Amino acid sequence: MKITLNINGEQKVVEADGKSPLLWAIRDGAGLMGTKFGCGKAACGACTILVDGKAVRSCSFPVQHAEGKEITTIEGLSKDGKIHPVQQAWMDEVVPQCGYCQPGFMMATVAMLEKIPNPTDEDIDNNIINVCRCGTYYRMRKAIHKAAKLKNGNS
Amino acid sequence: MKNEKLCYLVTLLLSAVFVFGFSNGGDTPPKIEKEPALLLDTPFDKMMAVLMHKRCVNCHPSGDTPRQGEDSHLHNFGVVRGEDGHGLAGYSCNTCHGEENNDYSGVPGAPHWAVAPAGMAWEGKSRIEIAQQMMDPARNGGRSHHEIEEHLTEHELVLWAWEPGIDAEGNEREKPPVPKDEYIQAVREWIKSGTNIPNE
Repeated sequence: MKITLNINGEQKVVEADGKSPLLWAIRDGAGLMGTKFGCGKAACGACTILVDGKAVRSCSFPVQHAEGKEITTIEGLSKDGKIHPVQQAWMDEVVPQCGYCQPGFMMATVAMLEKIPNPTDEDIDNNIINVCRCGTYYRMRKAIHKAAKLKNGNS
Repeated sequence: MKNEKLCYLVTLLLSAVFVFGFSNGGDTPPKIEKEPALLLDTPFDKMMAVLMHKRCVNCHPSGDTPRQGEDSHLHNFGVVRGEDGHGLAGYSCNTCHGEENNDYSGVPGAPHWAVAPAGMAWEGKSRIEIAQQMMDPARNGGRSHHEIEEHLTEHELVLWAWEPGIDAEGNEREKPPVPKDEYIQAVREWIKSGTNIPNE
């Protein structure tokens, strides 16, 4: 079936089985490769994107349920040539090692900061449960605190 | 001479394997704990056999963490009930669970996916305690008998128990021990006849 998706503010028409993962439509249909396939069972978080502002695992989100909703991927974080505070903080703290899982972490962080503008370490531990095999958690924690400051205008 | 010695050693070894390998345990059959037979005689029996099944109790936990799977282990990834039963602000039930089962990822889904409120914990309770709690407006969210009947027989998340889908390995999840239609009929009959809870 043909499905029209609103990805990062642009309409993309993709041909897909309605029950197939949104992740495939984003990568193979829309050609946006920033969102990664990790475990395929909603456990690792590498495929995390935003649907109507909420973090979802796109490997476990049927593409047919995404129609008419606002989808944001890592490619859509920068707006009008200005990078998102989370991206800035990630660069400032040199977070990534291999980098594969980082888009998922960044999208999960964006979703969390919308709900919890000043997260504590405990908030971060509870809300950001993605998996990084390089073990960049320590740098991520620093970057998340920094992103919160940047976002709140307290750089 | 060398061959004779070797032959002797091999015979000895095989005898030892036979003696120790096959005599261990003797004639005593392994002890199998038999689960008590499910009571399915009355409408109350049928209803409670369903409500005490893992498909229901996994999300009526006694603590803040729901359970999952056929062995009802604590939900992976530090999942917790949260303030409204839908998880945490940045990481909710719907981060992974959608409106329907997902056969690609093996993640179960249904509308209103959530953990029951702490006051409606069923885990570790007897069927009598659960029934009393369920019918007590002070502990069931102020629901009337009619509303309880609606919840038990029409709510999409409750009825998901009969369409629980497959896990990530493709294994079908176990359904409750009473067919859906029979369960719905039993709930209606039990409520219509006055919600009698037996003394046990």
